[in-house]
Amino acid sequence: MKFVVVVFPGSNCDHDAYYALKHNLDVSVDFVWHKETDLKKYDAIVIPGGFSYGDYLRTGAIARFSPIMDAVIKEAKKGKPVFGICNGFQILIESGLLPGALIVNKGVRFLSQDVTIEVVNNNSIFTKIFKIGQKLQMPIAHKQGNFIADQETLHLLEDEDRIIFSYSDERTGNPNGSMKNIAGIVNKSRNVLGMMPHPERAAESILGSNDGIEIFKSMLT
Amino acid sequence: MKAKIYISFKNGILDPQGQTVGKALSAIGVKNISSVKMGKYIEMEFSGVSKEEASKITDESCRKLLANPNTETYSYEVIE
Repeated sequence: MKFVVVVFPGSNCDHDAYYALKHNLDVSVDFVWHKETDLKKYDAIVIPGGFSYGDYLRTGAIARFSPIMDAVIKEAKKGKPVFGICNGFQILIESGLLPGALIVNKGVRFLSQDVTIEVVNNNSIFTKIFKIGQKLQMPIAHKQGNFIADQETLHLLEDEDRIIFSYSDERTGNPNGSMKNIAGIVNKSRNVLGMMPHPERAAESILGSNDGIEIFKSMLT
Repeated sequence: MKAKIYISFKNGILDPQGQTVGKALSAIGVKNISSVKMGKYIEMEFSGVSKEEASKITDESCRKLLANPNTETYSYEVIE
């Protein structure tokens, strides 16, 4: 399985994702610059975290029009796994691959902390190795992670079991105010996942948790 | 030719910046403000287009990029 990590101007978790895949999992992975237009030779696409285009206008709003995004959308429609983390999630929402919006955290502040998330649904390539209800620890690092959607979209996400991860922390609760405690969702075809927490930063025990690497492992099995 | 574009949050969308600024205004003694909303103001300049064309370009820009229809509304005025 050949992975690719898309690099935008302002991406800053691209190397973490690359490292987790290459050195923690020993899988094939390339970087691709956002000016590229073809992703046919890859089997899975990671849209990493960071501050693409300085978060100007809205998070993800300008990256969504980078040339590479047409290729990302094309491969996503073919059913290839597309995994957006943090700013990657914001970009996938702006691109229309995922519904809703990510607005500023309820407390207005940038949050950089460990959270516990719960696997709400394991019917996806990203979570098939987990048990429903399993708790995972990994960090969040964002200011715009507060997921909102209209009632119709929320019902759809629930009815179609598309809420994949939710915040589930006895201590910190729901850190950013997301509706339904949403930390990660998939598209209707279940091959596009967006999540605010950073699994690539929880890829080996020296980082405090290796729960995150399991999501990448799930994609390989 | 210039467009003045105003983007603001839809009603019901959390606007913590607006709320915080509103509270700060009360705290310094400014009275009778019932709500504060924070938004964006964008100016675009045009050359060689009619007012009608400028409006069309502005509307398209708002729809495609400047405003997020899920969370924001926009309005604009084109002035010569």
